[in-house]
Amino acid sequence: MDLGSISLVAFFASLMVASTPILLAALGEMITERAGVLNLGVEGMMIIGAICGFAVAVESGSAAMGFIGAAVGGALLSMLFALLTQFLYATQVPSGLALTLVGVGLASFIGQPYVGESPPAVAKMAIPVLEHIPFFGPAVFQHDAMVYISILLTIAIWAFLKFTRGGLILRAVGENHDAAHALGYKVRLVRVMAIGFGGALAGLGGAYISLIRVPQWTDGITAGIGWIALAIVVFASWKPGRVLFGAYLFGGLTALQLNLQAANVPLLLVLPYLVMLSGVIYLAIAVAAGSWKKTLDVKPTLKTFAQFIGTGLVLLLIGVLTNYASSLDLLLLSSAPFVATIVVLVVISARSKGASNGPAMLGKIFQAH
Amino acid sequence: MISLVKRPQPSKAWVVATPILAVIVTMILGGLLFAAMGKDPFVAIRTIFWDPLFNPDFAAYSRPQLLVKAAPLILIAIGLSLGFKAGIWNIGAEGQYIIGAITGASVGLAFYPMEAWFIFPLMIIAGALGGFLWGLIPALCKTKFNAPEILVSLMLVYFAEQIMIAVSLGALRNPEGNGFPGSRNLAQYASSANPELIAGTGAHWGVMAAFAAVVAAYVLLSKHMLGFQIRVTGESPRAAGFAGINANRLIIFCLGTSGALAGLAGLFEVTGPAGQITTSFNTGYGFTAIIVAFLGRLNPIGILLAGLLLALTFIGGELAQFMLSLPSASIQVFQGMLLMTLLAMDIFVNYKVIWRKKEAV
Repeated sequence: MDLGSISLVAFFASLMVASTPILLAALGEMITERAGVLNLGVEGMMIIGAICGFAVAVESGSAAMGFIGAAVGGALLSMLFALLTQFLYATQVPSGLALTLVGVGLASFIGQPYVGESPPAVAKMAIPVLEHIPFFGPAVFQHDAMVYISILLTIAIWAFLKFTRGGLILRAVGENHDAAHALGYKVRLVRVMAIGFGGALAGLGGAYISLIRVPQWTDGITAGIGWIALAIVVFASWKPGRVLFGAYLFGGLTALQLNLQAANVPLLLVLPYLVMLSGVIYLAIAVAAGSWKKTLDVKPTLKTFAQFIGTGLVLLLIGVLTNYASSLDLLLLSSAPFVATIVVLVVISARSKGASNGPAMLGKIFQAH
Repeated sequence: MISLVKRPQPSKAWVVATPILAVIVTMILGGLLFAAMGKDPFVAIRTIFWDPLFNPDFAAYSRPQLLVKAAPLILIAIGLSLGFKAGIWNIGAEGQYIIGAITGASVGLAFYPMEAWFIFPLMIIAGALGGFLWGLIPALCKTKFNAPEILVSLMLVYFAEQIMIAVSLGALRNPEGNGFPGSRNLAQYASSANPELIAGTGAHWGVMAAFAAVVAAYVLLSKHMLGFQIRVTGESPRAAGFAGINANRLIIFCLGTSGALAGLAGLFEVTGPAGQITTSFNTGYGFTAIIVAFLGRLNPIGILLAGLLLALTFIGGELAQFMLSLPSASIQVFQGMLLMTLLAMDIFVNYKVIWRKKEAV
């Protein structure tokens, strides 16, 4: 065990790398859902992107070509979903599941000759001047281009939804397709484009995993990240800024997991304090925000705070009782992203109980008359 | 000019015809895929769908496998279909299957090496209970906090896989296994074994349970109040609300039942065909069962047939892998395509397709 060996710079750098695929896939799915389409096939489109990107990069020797191939592959697969749901009026939930099943199978099918190959290296693109800032330079400004592209995309999508006519049409289609249709907007076309965009971004996210994060091809390489991206869209209440926050939160968790594993520190030793610390931060934010708006609700705030502290104490107790057993810790480490997703989904859903703040037409079938 | 007219009621004839058509269309598409890979499509299709049952060289081995592979698919799909009918999406059956196997196996291993008649029944209860509780997690997250059960149940699959790996390496590891991961072999321990009951058929207790589940689901859906409530909720949630149907109770019932059935499937698998909990115990039955449920039209009898068909694709896929060196993933693609084709064909169930000349405006 060696806590001191965890370098904060390396931690933040790996955080950004771990977050980028989640961010890309979640941004794409957010656009699809804002148009009123629930595509559960993110995992399938991601893994198709991962193998298409990998194959194109290996064959062409260029990672940039790989990313283009990944976007095309993801978008092409998503067109199957568009065909089913927009032209044949199939129900969206099973269609999305079918897309994932086909995507995972197809990826493993295409990927067979590429097992064991290594992709061309992706050059780091350090940002001039900024890269020399102590700490922040190496942590934030010495990454590959995709990291910056994903963040720029977040800003672009935010601006698109907020300021442009196209964004308004997209939202109108997602909120009330009948009204949008009556106004003369092509609901189906908008949705097909949104599905394709979602597929392309999921593909990019997948390729980021197979070309940069791992970088190798193995079956099932996306390992549930597509599903986490879906959960993040819900967590983010369909807002780009919060998608960024959510993706980085999960990336942070993954990076923490890897760093702790490398330093051989039991998660149970750290987790209770992290949870309790989150409780204190929550209390501070709630009090600050409450006194600013002059609407501090003391009882529920204290209750949430007590829940954080209680959870921390329970975790501490488990750690002490099991004497930080390594098998239990391995389980906790490797399942942390999935358990955290469930916790986050529960907390977020409990907050918005009753009134879902998702697009009103999400998952509903539209047929023009 | 083609135009679509929505049918007032889904067409009964098309409901039955589309799964059969979907299988045929998928065979054609699959044949094209195999042809593109340079294999003879007719030989490939015959190897997958005909040889396991009727080729004298393989049938003796393959035929019993049909029931062995169909049983978990049918058990899980029956449970899933109840929820799917009511619009409750449990896609985490794979996790419930794993947890059922682990809890059931734990009970059996706790008694090892004692021999007694009550051990296997206790394991069955433990397996069902484990799956039930694992299925209850998304149900309670949904009813208490309104968290989407699709995502929660799926996340629990990954969690269950990690638990499976942890117990194979830790708590349940065979102390006499020379340090290899994996539990003791339950199929070789008489009190916990789930043997073939009728020689040469492959029928073990899980097969019996699958048939019982088909009958029970049929009775539930056609004769029981709860089945009626499930159908009403699926067809019109608003009407169900007005009729005073308790949605939360239905969510807990559907997810709990499908969890218990998936847990049972896991238990029968770990005590019979698989024999032990290992790091790679699960083979995707929980996901394939989703296809089985849809292909069977969420109808118990349909699920029985669809389960047998998909079991055949598993066996035939293995055979094709062995005989024609088709990649193992091709059968996965095939199964996914089957679901897609079926969903695409649903348009005939819900819409009347009319050809008419373009009218002058």
